[in-house]
Amino acid sequence: MNKPEFVYVSYIATTPEKLWEALISPEFTRRYWAGRTIQSDWKVGSPVKLLKADGGLDWRGEILQSDPPRLLSYTFDPQGFLKSEGISEPPSRVTFEISQLGPEPTSKRSVVRLQVTHDNFEPDSAVAPAVSQGWPAILSSLKTLLESGRSLEFEWKC
Amino acid sequence: MDEVFKALADPTRRELLDRLRAENGQTLGQLCQQLDMSRQAVTKHLAVLEAANLVVTLWRGRDKLHYLNPTPINEIAERWISKYEHRRLQALSDIKQGLEKKRKKRPHE
Repeated sequence: MNKPEFVYVSYIATTPEKLWEALISPEFTRRYWAGRTIQSDWKVGSPVKLLKADGGLDWRGEILQSDPPRLLSYTFDPQGFLKSEGISEPPSRVTFEISQLGPEPTSKRSVVRLQVTHDNFEPDSAVAPAVSQGWPAILSSLKTLLESGRSLEFEWKC
Repeated sequence: MDEVFKALADPTRRELLDRLRAENGQTLGQLCQQLDMSRQAVTKHLAVLEAANLVVTLWRGRDKLHYLNPTPINEIAERWISKYEHRRLQALSDIKQGLEKKRKKRPHE
């Protein structure tokens, strides 16, 4: 297996449960993921999709691992992007790992480490450079939302 | 945030980040190859970058791989750049990159 292409880490003043909720709830993702809503029943083997604000499909995937509030992993298949580029590529994989740092979740100073790993790309993948722009913006926006309740608005070209 | 600025204030550490941007997930040995510096010195710089969360490490078998983590830089940018300025700054940055690319090419033409 190839080594991961990207590993992103963010430290967020929240609890693992709240962070998990933010990853799986469409009401949350709409506020930090460029207006997009995520949809799944979050069972292993079930489909997951991210919809744009206009209802169009951003990407789809399949749940590989779901262990709330610690580990979430799904395949990542941006069919719209691939079609617009006129290429085909098998799905890659995104994994979210959540760990508690410092004080207990009940404490007001609870800090959580979120690690996002994106791997299983094709050699010379066209998707890899495209997603490298996205994750840091999504993670900062997610951090701001969880820590201040304020949304950061950012837009993507596609 | 102090740690991020301190880490970025050193040209060698910025060079290390550039190398990871060019090729993510390198081992210490790979990073040392083109640097005129001792392994210990590079290890120290990497430790500063890791403490600032600009570099994240991952074990793959016996290899410790180093990844560029731009998330803290993005957080700094979000703090001072409002959502309205973002697109204009991006346009300026694109113009600068385009012009400087052209200028760099000229001497070789």
